[in-house]
Amino acid sequence: MRHHLVLRVICKLLVPLILLFALYVQFHGDFGPGGGFQAGVIFGAGFILYGVVFGLGHFEDVVNPLVLRSFAACGLLLYLLVGVAGPLMGGNYLDYDVLLEDPVSGQHLGILLVELGVGMTVAAVMISLFYAFADRRFRD
Amino acid sequence: MVATAVAIAVMRNLFAAVMMFGIFSFLAAGVFVTLDAVDVAFTEAAVGAGISTILMLATLARVGGRERGVHGHGLFPLAAAVFTGWALIYATFDFPRVGDPAAPAHQHVAPRYINESGTEVGIPNVVTSVLASYRGYDTLGEVTVIFAAGVGVWCLIGATRRRPRRREEKQ
Repeated sequence: MRHHLVLRVICKLLVPLILLFALYVQFHGDFGPGGGFQAGVIFGAGFILYGVVFGLGHFEDVVNPLVLRSFAACGLLLYLLVGVAGPLMGGNYLDYDVLLEDPVSGQHLGILLVELGVGMTVAAVMISLFYAFADRRFRD
Repeated sequence: MVATAVAIAVMRNLFAAVMMFGIFSFLAAGVFVTLDAVDVAFTEAAVGAGISTILMLATLARVGGRERGVHGHGLFPLAAAVFTGWALIYATFDFPRVGDPAAPAHQHVAPRYINESGTEVGIPNVVTSVLASYRGYDTLGEVTVIFAAGVGVWCLIGATRRRPRRREEKQ
């Protein structure tokens, strides 16, 4: 794919914007449409675009599959730990009211962390699904 | 949407069918927007039209883009499809009108979520507060399902490939 110059330049311009937009969707999900699932998918799509355009060789330089797998596990673990923090601090499982002094701030913190966990897991799983299915033909 | 669905069923070129799937998902996202379900539309556009199209294309790059010819007559599949479609359409006759305030979906816990979310959770987007707080267990289950799907693919296809460098050493 060495000759797809326009494609490569546009892709280089787009990928940072896509990742930025994913982070916006992730952390603005409390106020507008969006949240962990959508943000994770958009974040993954940024990496996948890079992989499709530049080939799996360059893709492997950016993304380590082992790191990806641990990211997926860490996201789920973060969700579970936020859940466990409830009983430890005297509430119910997945009860965010007790995380901070003020129940509303606790809810904010809990939702932020949980959505972060969702986003991490979704993004990592999407990227590694693409990586697992991608053909060797993408590799140049 | 009906036209794209028929085109998907008729087409023999799987690459074109995958693109039609993407168009179908995008139209569905448009329908969700007109129904004021922006979060659902967002998800449908990102997942349905975006990621799943790419994943199907990546799979097609591996298995080839032509559908093999159909063996035998398709009478039983046709009957099954027609019966299922008829049953689904028959079921829609019992649906409450769109936006009916007396619909069961708007009676059970929805009023509490809508009325109390502002004071209990304090987040402007009620969808997020329902998703992450009130229905935290469900979302935890969904994340677990996604993780399990990822683990399944890793076990079946393998996430760590042999690097080309090692192949060259073998040769």
